[in-house]
Amino acid sequence: MLAAVLSLTVLGLALGWLLGLAARRFRVDVDPRVAQVEALMPGSQCGQCGFPGCSPAALAVVNGEAPLTLCPPGGKALVEALGNTLGISVDTSAMNDGDPQLARVDETICIGCIKCLRTCPTDAIVGAPKQIHVVMERACTGCGACIEICPTGALALMEEEPTLRTWRWAKPQLVAA
Amino acid sequence: MTTPISGPHYHGQRSVRGIMAQVMLALVPATVFALWQFGWPALFLFLLTLLSAVVTEALSLHLAGKAKCAFLLDGSGLLTAWLLALSLPPWAPWWIGVVGGAFAIVLGKQVFGGIGQNLFNPAMLARVALLISFPVEMTRWAAPQPFTATGAPGFVDSLKITFSGGTNLDSLTGATVLGHSKTELTRGIGLDVSLSDIYTPLDYLFGLSGGSFGETSALLLLLGGLYLLVRRIITWQIPVAMLATVALLAGIMHLVDPLRYADPLLHLLAGGLMLGAFFIATDPVTSPSGGLGQLVFGMGCGVLVYVIRTWGGFPEGLAFAVLIMNAATPLIDHYLRPRVYGRSRRGTPLTYTAEQLGREKE
Amino acid sequence: MKLFRFRGGIHPPSRKELSAGSAIETMPLPERLYIPMQQHIGTPAEPAVKIGQHVLKGQLLARASGALSAPIHAPTSGWIRAVTDFTAPHPSGLPILTVVLEPDGKDEWDEFPLPKDPFEMPPELIAERVAAAGIVGMGGATFPTAVKLGGATNKHIHTLLINGGECEPYLTCDDRLMRERAFEVIDGVLLILHGIRWGRAIIAIEDNKHEALEAMRATAKGYGQLEVVAVPTLYPMGSEKQLIKTVTGLEVPAGGLAAQVGVLVQNVATAYAVHEAIRYGRPLVRRIVTVSGGAVRDRRNLEVPIGTLVDDLLRHCGHDGEPERLLMGGPMMGTVLPHAMVPIVKGSNGVLALSKPELPEGSASPCIRCGSCVRVCPVGLMPLELMKRAQNNDLDGAQDYGLSDCLSCGTCAYVCPAHLPLTHYFNYAKGELAARAQQKRKNDYTRQLVQARQARLEREAQAKAAAAAKRKAERAAKKAQEAEA
Repeated sequence: MLAAVLSLTVLGLALGWLLGLAARRFRVDVDPRVAQVEALMPGSQCGQCGFPGCSPAALAVVNGEAPLTLCPPGGKALVEALGNTLGISVDTSAMNDGDPQLARVDETICIGCIKCLRTCPTDAIVGAPKQIHVVMERACTGCGACIEICPTGALALMEEEPTLRTWRWAKPQLVAA
Repeated sequence: MTTPISGPHYHGQRSVRGIMAQVMLALVPATVFALWQFGWPALFLFLLTLLSAVVTEALSLHLAGKAKCAFLLDGSGLLTAWLLALSLPPWAPWWIGVVGGAFAIVLGKQVFGGIGQNLFNPAMLARVALLISFPVEMTRWAAPQPFTATGAPGFVDSLKITFSGGTNLDSLTGATVLGHSKTELTRGIGLDVSLSDIYTPLDYLFGLSGGSFGETSALLLLLGGLYLLVRRIITWQIPVAMLATVALLAGIMHLVDPLRYADPLLHLLAGGLMLGAFFIATDPVTSPSGGLGQLVFGMGCGVLVYVIRTWGGFPEGLAFAVLIMNAATPLIDHYLRPRVYGRSRRGTPLTYTAEQLGREKE
Repeated sequence: MKLFRFRGGIHPPSRKELSAGSAIETMPLPERLYIPMQQHIGTPAEPAVKIGQHVLKGQLLARASGALSAPIHAPTSGWIRAVTDFTAPHPSGLPILTVVLEPDGKDEWDEFPLPKDPFEMPPELIAERVAAAGIVGMGGATFPTAVKLGGATNKHIHTLLINGGECEPYLTCDDRLMRERAFEVIDGVLLILHGIRWGRAIIAIEDNKHEALEAMRATAKGYGQLEVVAVPTLYPMGSEKQLIKTVTGLEVPAGGLAAQVGVLVQNVATAYAVHEAIRYGRPLVRRIVTVSGGAVRDRRNLEVPIGTLVDDLLRHCGHDGEPERLLMGGPMMGTVLPHAMVPIVKGSNGVLALSKPELPEGSASPCIRCGSCVRVCPVGLMPLELMKRAQNNDLDGAQDYGLSDCLSCGTCAYVCPAHLPLTHYFNYAKGELAARAQQKRKNDYTRQLVQARQARLEREAQAKAAAAAKRKAERAAKKAQEAEA
């Protein structure tokens, strides 16, 4: 009886000590996935997701507080990458990826105040004071930060027109079977 | 603008309905001969099974809210019921056919999502369910009594046999050759004795023996199978692998102990092997789609048939063998893919040595 | 010669008899020519003409831009009327930058310096002239030919394979070309051989083209370095990879090029264009097009100036009512056209106006896993498994089942008894994959920009801080000086 109680106690203590040791030895300060997820994000801190920046958004995604589809500039490609990193399967078919948005400058209204130039997270707008500004389509993520800051309303988001280079076959529509 | 249609803008003549029709056509000789052999009760059972399948399929499609016409007319449900009927004892009571047909369609096919979705062969699933649930009715075999034979039941007597179970017990033999020899072996009687009274290879070849409805005439089934091969409805891999495996195993074991293990010919001719090899195991939905996979599948079926027949608890193992291999089909299809052009078997791009390329110069 | 067999393949009804009997005719000049600035794989050409300018036939309209591109020349003499967006011969019906040319009716060639004997020319010059003539692969792939030739000279090429397969149903333009202009084609082949400094060429022709085989054999006789081979009629024999396998037994490694197995493949029509360019200095400004299909009254093989509208061709040949479907190319791999107001380009080998009875009928039903597609796939894929994954947007799964190895040849969809649009699914999945890659590139680019911006802001802040510190120090020094004084 005593032997059993003793041996079990010793065993418990020893294992407990080991566990405690392991917890200290292999402690993980931050979920490493947060860094991974953040690396996948565009990093433009545009705030379209509703979070103040890409880093908080990444934290929310890892903690399951935000859906994987939160980032419009990232598109389907990002959703899939996030799904692979976090081991979550997502159905992207419902995601509307068809109309990426781009900012455009209305040349008749722009006064060349360079406010948008300074706001753009990707330096996608070129121009100089008192000169009409132009958006470089290649660099624009469609975040819309410039639209809020423009004093004359010369900037607007427009759907990106499909071209021969970006046109893709649509998924075949099977007759209801 | 409407969404553009991608090519090809050209199509061959094949259709699902056409394939099903061809298989049924190939079954006609063996079926007609079996109906002749077993008379009215067999015909009743056959029609009831088909009717049950069609009605339950229509009902299932209605409940699932699918287009009834398109799916009923593709003929797949009819074919399932047909194959099931051919594997039943010919004088089985009406409810065997009805329950079997409904089971095959509802639990074998529609619950999986309809045509093309089922994992297991519906006809064999139903047959196994019936065999386990109603072992007595499923193992009462009628001896062949052609319409013209004296003692063959007339129309009214046949109605009684099918619908009120008023079976003329005299005309029912105890067992098939596979069952009989197995029972006798357990009593210590060797094949030389047990087979001598009931087995003549020629009868089995032509189908003059007792047994399941449509499984008896090995020759007519073989002809039907060859027709399917010629029309390229099925490929050679599954039937050849299956028959060859059974014959090989039977041959080896027969050489070991001829008194205990029957010869290959008996194994090929008796039971449902011919029907199974050409019509059941080749069911496209539940068998692998690659050639290599089909070989493995056929061999697996063959091994299982022989093992169950020889050492298992049932005299015939076809249905079990096919079902077990059905379960392995997704695995086989996943691992045994054809080699892709420009890639090695393992999927890496091919590399040629300069010598290999140089040799091509000549 | 020993031939090899590629796996799978089909024997669709050829329907070549509709147009195989009609000799090549010259299409009369239409009222206007619409010449797209991209008729090749690679970067679009840059227009080099002004509106209102008069050009001669063969004069440069647009310069090649970049390494993978091809120049474009005037198909006839006339005036440039516009440089504008015009519908491309593409299923989407999207526009492409196009030069509109109004013929002056004289069809007057520009003058070109002619070489005395092209075989005396240095081989590099052949590739140079081919590039200047704007020649691209005329079997439909439209890869700039000069790039292929240039690559071939510094690789270990053992066989020049001339593709006379023409395995697509309906099409007969290559067949007619070989029958009627065998000498010119053979000359083109010899010139290409000279250009790549190699001696041997195999001309592969499907064995259903007896006359073409005969004509080519007769012409090639006496040239020890040429061999005309009859290959079995089996779709897709005209696919580069399948033809290489058939003739050499070698397989182009996955993701690789034909040159890796020492083979250079050129189409017979391309060889003809090379002949024209080297012997007469004429750039590629016209091609032979098969106009066929149930809705066409006189099915013909026409030699057409590039830029002629499909509508002009149909009106020239006559058609009964509106065709049910308009295709550019063959029925297997050709593309559907949004309407007839699109121009013929360098890669257009056929215009098919199909009537209802010729088109596949029957709607799709669920897959019964019959495996027909697996048996006929010339690549060795399992189209049914691939389709399942494409249907569920499982692109990684589709990749695992060999999506990138798929030729989009349509063989699987042709045999599918359930009438499933397998090829359409694969095209969709390939497009999605490309879109995803594009999106990823953009994301990476965005990240770079953001980092660059942050670095810049930091630099600016530092500079500002440094300037402030400097000013402060100066002020302090000044103060100290003042205090001292």
